[in-house]
Amino acid sequence: MEISRLDADNLSVAGVDFFLLELFRGIPAAADPEGSDAARERLFSSPSADPSSRLRAEWKEYVEPDLRHLFASAIETVNADLARFEPTEGADPPESRLTIPTKHLDAWLNCLNQARLVIAARHGFTEIDLNDEFSILAQSPRDFALFQVHFYGLLQESFLRLLDG
Amino acid sequence: MPETVVEKQTRTKEAAETPWNVVVHNDPVNLMSYVTMVFQRVFGFSRERAAKHMLEVHHSGRSIVWSGVRELGEHYVQQLHGYLLLATLEKSD
Repeated sequence: MEISRLDADNLSVAGVDFFLLELFRGIPAAADPEGSDAARERLFSSPSADPSSRLRAEWKEYVEPDLRHLFASAIETVNADLARFEPTEGADPPESRLTIPTKHLDAWLNCLNQARLVIAARHGFTEIDLNDEFSILAQSPRDFALFQVHFYGLLQESFLRLLDG
Repeated sequence: MPETVVEKQTRTKEAAETPWNVVVHNDPVNLMSYVTMVFQRVFGFSRERAAKHMLEVHHSGRSIVWSGVRELGEHYVQQLHGYLLLATLEKSD
């Protein structure tokens, strides 16, 4: 897989095999915290260490709806981009490619971060887990989830480098 | 009675003037490069200053990234949460 800048307004993700394509397509679902209190709590963390603070109550009422909207909007943008994956002509084995508008990179960074945080919260990954060796040959759903976290991190790093110029 | 009123007013003024800290806490999932970028964007830090705070978060578990009036602190915490960083607003000691 290669991620590069096409021009000032677009970047290219090329050489995406079937396995990586499925990982890409799994980003929006991975970012959904549904069914996991730990994941929801991580996405909507408290703005105060004091459980009785006025700020906590105000935050829930006034700020969380804005954050929900921001996070949902990032997922929506990524979902729309993902629908534009197309097969690379003549590639054997089959590969896909995608053009991402540079103006969507913030949404991608946000959505990938949501996905990584939600997966990590669901599986209770610790710093030790995250620094441990991982393999593409996942032996269990937990191994696969760890691989997902690292792959989405690799995408984030690539996008950040391109944003940096 | 007037003395009590004066004391209350003084306390209120002191509370309003007490600086608030925006504290960012470590989260091993967030990439170091991502956290550095967020500090640059939210606070306008140079890359060096942003990286210094990022490393403090990474090594010490937390870093005070900004101090000042409460309202602006709340605004910064909201922005940091928008980037999914673990950030809290704390009254300065």
